Amino acid sequence: MAEIPEEEYILKTTSACAGCSASLILRYVTKAAGPDTVLVVPACCTSVIQGIYPDTAMNIPVYNVAFASAAAVASGMSEAFRAEGKDTNVICFAGDGGTVDIGIQALSGALERGTDFLYICYDNEAYSNTGMQRSGATPLGARTTTTPVGKTEFKKDLDAIIAAHNPVYMATACSAYPDDLYKKIKKALSVPGPKFMHVLAPCPPGWRYPSDKTIDMGKLAVKSGMWVLYERENGKLNITGASKAAMVKRIPVSDYIKVQGRFKTATEEDIRALQNSVDLEMEKLKKEADGIC
Amino acid sequence: MLTIATGNKAVATAVRDAKPKVVAAYPITPQTEIVENIADFVSSKELDSRYIPVESEHSSMAACMGSSIAGVRTFTATSSHGLVYMCEMLHMVAGARLPIVMANANRALGPGWNVWAEQSDSLSMRDSGWLQVYVSTVQEAYDATLMAFRIAEDNDVLLPVMVNLDGFLLTHIMQGFETVNPEDFIPEIDLPHRIDVDNPGGYGTLTPPNEHFKFRWDIERALRDSVRVIEETESEFEKRFGRKYGMTEDYRTEDAEVIIVAMGTLGKEMEVAVDNLREEGIKAGSVRIRWFRPFPDLKSRLEGRDVVVIDRDYSFGFGGIVANEIRAKCNVKPYSVIAGLGGQEVTYDDIAGFVRDRKTDSEFWFGVNE
Repeated sequence: MAEIPEEEYILKTTSACAGCSASLILRYVTKAAGPDTVLVVPACCTSVIQGIYPDTAMNIPVYNVAFASAAAVASGMSEAFRAEGKDTNVICFAGDGGTVDIGIQALSGALERGTDFLYICYDNEAYSNTGMQRSGATPLGARTTTTPVGKTEFKKDLDAIIAAHNPVYMATACSAYPDDLYKKIKKALSVPGPKFMHVLAPCPPGWRYPSDKTIDMGKLAVKSGMWVLYERENGKLNITGASKAAMVKRIPVSDYIKVQGRFKTATEEDIRALQNSVDLEMEKLKKEADGIC
Repeated sequence: MLTIATGNKAVATAVRDAKPKVVAAYPITPQTEIVENIADFVSSKELDSRYIPVESEHSSMAACMGSSIAGVRTFTATSSHGLVYMCEMLHMVAGARLPIVMANANRALGPGWNVWAEQSDSLSMRDSGWLQVYVSTVQEAYDATLMAFRIAEDNDVLLPVMVNLDGFLLTHIMQGFETVNPEDFIPEIDLPHRIDVDNPGGYGTLTPPNEHFKFRWDIERALRDSVRVIEETESEFEKRFGRKYGMTEDYRTEDAEVIIVAMGTLGKEMEVAVDNLREEGIKAGSVRIRWFRPFPDLKSRLEGRDVVVIDRDYSFGFGGIVANEIRAKCNVKPYSVIAGLGGQEVTYDDIAGFVRDRKTDSEFWFGVNE
């Protein structure tokens, strides 16, 4: 286990929903980053989680910015700090809508320019803050308020898009595995240049499961292969944590699907398609990790 | 130092002399030369600054926002579609009370593509909380850009300033101009609310109605205070460098029976029209509005006289924007002339014609309804 510090930077006064994994992720991100850090937050659940003016539940500076602008704001902030000789961590903490949809241009630009920052996408697979509308990160078959009978398209492959930018470090993580998450944040912040992390964030009201099952839901995602834990350092892929076992033996995707209300309308065909895409993706990652490509 | 350059080069030179720490920009005609020149100044180390070549104008203003909240002097430039593309960020920046300076090359909006002068771009952003100044010569482009940093960063203002110059008619026209050594004319920036990791706070947090309301009033109060800061800055500039400016530039207004009002390069062209009209026996004068936000008090110069307002812009369904503002603030019924849209040529003879043919309380589209 990593030595996770006692200090808390997200205090007990958040307005997060019960069982919110985004606030759990935020807790470990800030513990790993420490006090010499600024969070840049576009419109997302974290806009609400941190509380209402004049109060804040955050004990590090948080800059709340326009939906599409997080990575660009971070670019300017990082350059300003470096110009002043400061090493302050600049971390974007953005939801999936703010990353894969409206914010992707600014993110692509900031990565391409080699901005010295860490971009974290916490992915609850919908516009949860506005009440669960479909995003590009919503998986096939999931019901949202704008896909009332289930989404008919696959989740956008954000990680492939990011990998194409060759960031110095990129990793996936999941709120159910804080030790893995913590180590990856630490590693990301230890190197200069553009870094990216994609963290699965199960959402009780959005995914429609009881709020005490958030950790279970993250574990099911990883054990079924619906989410894979890995990191890429200078392009080299390394499967991490519980996903190593999932590479060899997985639970069926349906075990993950059937415990979530959002997949209530998913058809057998949807589930087969999801299982097939998981199997293909795992095979592809395994080959890459083994150096066979 | 006396030199000769385009309006764009003059703006870039003023930026070099004001020494911002960060410049984030995206190219667009007819502004591009500004950012090209700044990129040159940075690469030749004449300017010790970080130049961020962003991927869009929305991101240029976003990057400026990130830089400015870190407490460093920040500049960008844009035009037309670039300006309206960053519209959301303009509101965010003013609301966050960030003293960013931006040059805007006034240009028409499409469709169809038109790269020539029109002020509809910046005037459509008039309610965003930015201060707006409109310049008319290369010298003024340089001087106003320098002064913009001091005005924006004054702790009684802390609002962004947009320096507007007519596309091509000023951005690409060469005139002689004199640079200055600003020294301490622009004091070190000291942003009181800059992000400080030793004193952490929430910025732009979810804000309930009553608090939001107070923040809006604070912006308005700062804009009202900015009139004094502008006047002090321009007076200090005159004392140090000898060139005098004001909220407006007035020409032969004392005994005038008819006043022409315009902004930007038309505001210079109309001075020639005034001279020619006076030779004909028409007692004309002109008021060139320099600062559009905050809006100047024009009552003493306009009320009781005939007023001809030339707008290089239009608010569809309502009227010429400058004429609208004058109607709202002064007890006058202007002859509203819409002229020069999309770079349409407007000469001093045309302007003299507007004055001769003026009809109180009516609107005329030059080149359309004649």
